[in-house]
Amino acid sequence: MIRVVLPFHLRTLARVDGDVQLEIEGPATLGSVLDALEARYPVLRGAIRDHATLLRRPFVRFYACKEDLSLEPPQTRLPAEVANGEEPFLIVGAMAGG
Amino acid sequence: MSRVRVLVGTKKGAFILTADGRREQWEVSGPHFAGWEIYHFKGSAAHPDRLYASQTSGWFGQVVQRSDDGGKTWEAVSNEFKYDGVPGTHQWYDGTQHPWEFKRIWHLEPSYTDPDTVYAGAEDAALFKTVDGGRSWQELPGLRSAKSHLWQPGAGGMGLHTIILDAKRPERIFIAISAAGVFRTDDAGKTWNPANRGLKSPYELPDPDAEVGHCVHRIAMHPSRPDVLFMQKHWDVMRTDDAGESWNEVSGNLPSDFGFPIEVHAHEPETIYVVPIKSDSEHFPPDGKLRVYRSRTGGNEWEALTRGLPQKDCYVNVLRDAMAVDSLEPCGVYFGTTGGQVYMSPESGETWNPIVRDLPAVFSVEVQSLP
Repeated sequence: MIRVVLPFHLRTLARVDGDVQLEIEGPATLGSVLDALEARYPVLRGAIRDHATLLRRPFVRFYACKEDLSLEPPQTRLPAEVANGEEPFLIVGAMAGG
Repeated sequence: MSRVRVLVGTKKGAFILTADGRREQWEVSGPHFAGWEIYHFKGSAAHPDRLYASQTSGWFGQVVQRSDDGGKTWEAVSNEFKYDGVPGTHQWYDGTQHPWEFKRIWHLEPSYTDPDTVYAGAEDAALFKTVDGGRSWQELPGLRSAKSHLWQPGAGGMGLHTIILDAKRPERIFIAISAAGVFRTDDAGKTWNPANRGLKSPYELPDPDAEVGHCVHRIAMHPSRPDVLFMQKHWDVMRTDDAGESWNEVSGNLPSDFGFPIEVHAHEPETIYVVPIKSDSEHFPPDGKLRVYRSRTGGNEWEALTRGLPQKDCYVNVLRDAMAVDSLEPCGVYFGTTGGQVYMSPESGETWNPIVRDLPAVFSVEVQSLP
């Protein structure tokens, strides 16, 4: 079980309170977590990554175990602590806007 | 007694203002989608409790919201706006060609007859259509065949901001883009032609016969006279009496012919409204006086409507989609400002009252007249 923490606006868009808990089949990677998240909450499609290219939106960032994974490719394995649910996977709205 | 419902899109959410037909006591609902930009928010004429809202964010992109109960509850529908085929390129600020990139929906225009059919105007400029209530969107790609390699973004982006449907002739649609101009289809969107003859933009477009590239801010039509349209251009107020085949300037005695919105009275097709703004460099009313100007002659002769509006130290702007009329008798006129006020006049502009004073910057105002 993987815990995903969404930024405020995506929690309200997906109508969730607190963490999202996801079961992933196979290796927990950046891409597989986002696939599972969007499958559970289709309203988030396009809000985190582009519909067609699946590229991360510029002002969305990914963190796990205090590591910035935003620039890593989708097949990047998440840390074991995230994969087993000890630590959350963080989706963050970048500090931007002045 | 009839009612009115005013749909207000702001920089930080949507608001719904409701009143009975006297339009004196108002209830305010919102913010809906708090913290998101609501570029446009409009109801269906065919099913007035069906509302659509364009919700956008620089962080999280585009969302389209739909309500079937007048805004009490909402459902996010499809936000996938995919350009048809290879999108190609348009003119960029430095004269090079730049690839088309979807950024947001500026305007949603529901069909007169079918609540599930809606047109959506996009930045980068394109026209999309849904026939299933927003569950899927398809581009009408013929528009981008109309010399789109010469279209160029204005300072606010290359948005398709105006969509005018012709209730008498459903296959005819007018759209306007900044900074490309007006385009018309007579075959329900398959093919389009520029409709900009007579527009003069000597500084931006030295070619006096330029077919595209004009910075049209807004066009408006009275549904009873679909061949007559009025335009607020970057500079100049214009009208056409032949469905856009030719335009003539009707700025007349306006203190400035720069501005954004233009609107037509619900019952008097020759009565039109604009809000003059000082200049393209100073987006506020001349002399710090917020004045709506009304022409009862279809342009050229204008009168200032000031009662109830601030007449000193006022430096707000009124954006292109932020003016609307109701269809009650007498006609109510509404507009919202970048300072967060929504003003309304229950008697065609003679006097104005603020419905609300302290909303976020207002992007759009639409009005529904309800039984």
